[in-house]
Amino acid sequence: MEHNFKISCSKENLKEVRRFVNAVLSGYPISESEKNMITLAVDEVCANLIIHSHKCNPKEFITLNIFEQKGMLVFEIIDDGDSFNLLQHEEQSLYNIVKQKRKGGLGIMLVKRIMDDIQIYNAPDHNVCRLYKKI
Amino acid sequence: MEITNSTEQQIHFISVNGDLDASSSILLDKAIKDALAANHKVIIVDCVQLNYISSAGLGVFMSYIEEFEANGIQLVIYGLSEKVKNVFKILGLDQLLNIVKTKEEAKAFVNGA
Repeated sequence: MEHNFKISCSKENLKEVRRFVNAVLSGYPISESEKNMITLAVDEVCANLIIHSHKCNPKEFITLNIFEQKGMLVFEIIDDGDSFNLLQHEEQSLYNIVKQKRKGGLGIMLVKRIMDDIQIYNAPDHNVCRLYKKI
Repeated sequence: MEITNSTEQQIHFISVNGDLDASSSILLDKAIKDALAANHKVIIVDCVQLNYISSAGLGVFMSYIEEFEANGIQLVIYGLSEKVKNVFKILGLDQLLNIVKTKEEAKAFVNGA
């Protein structure tokens, strides 16, 4: 079964993303903490797209599909903004982030720590980010 | 998300209620900035009612570590639920920040007990 959700690119809608992911995950026997981690990873990718690729433009949209595939839960995030490949993003050390007094730089780190696999596809007219989690 | 500020016996308390995400983390940033501007040297952050934290919230705490160290400011966080504490732990931030379980422990920490 596939679950679908579409939101406009406003940071205020991130709580709706979390609510949707949580509702889908409630059908799986996983701990509250694990559910929170998975929700966090999806929230981070959506926040990145909303802020950096869509400049918080509420007239633009991202789509989130959740489905099972070969024993994995797949969180598929589709948008048509400026392409951003989080796999190519150079990870800063925590030491540098603290020294530079940066507020950003932790989100992608979290996604990579939480998810079992990440795949990015950039088509001419849209981008697809798939986050895989073993269940 | 709601932030409440109060001061008791020279300790400034910031209480965080709700979800600390990319949309609301600016409120925590402002609360810490205001506390520093008011020259508070001891800040305790009450997270008993904090339901969720994303990298934006973590980033606010991280961005002040240098300033706290340079200016002899103590910041202690207490009341994290297990699921929220695990978010700090996954990146090792629990080793960089002062995190205790209860308000009493936070007060004891800043009083050097």
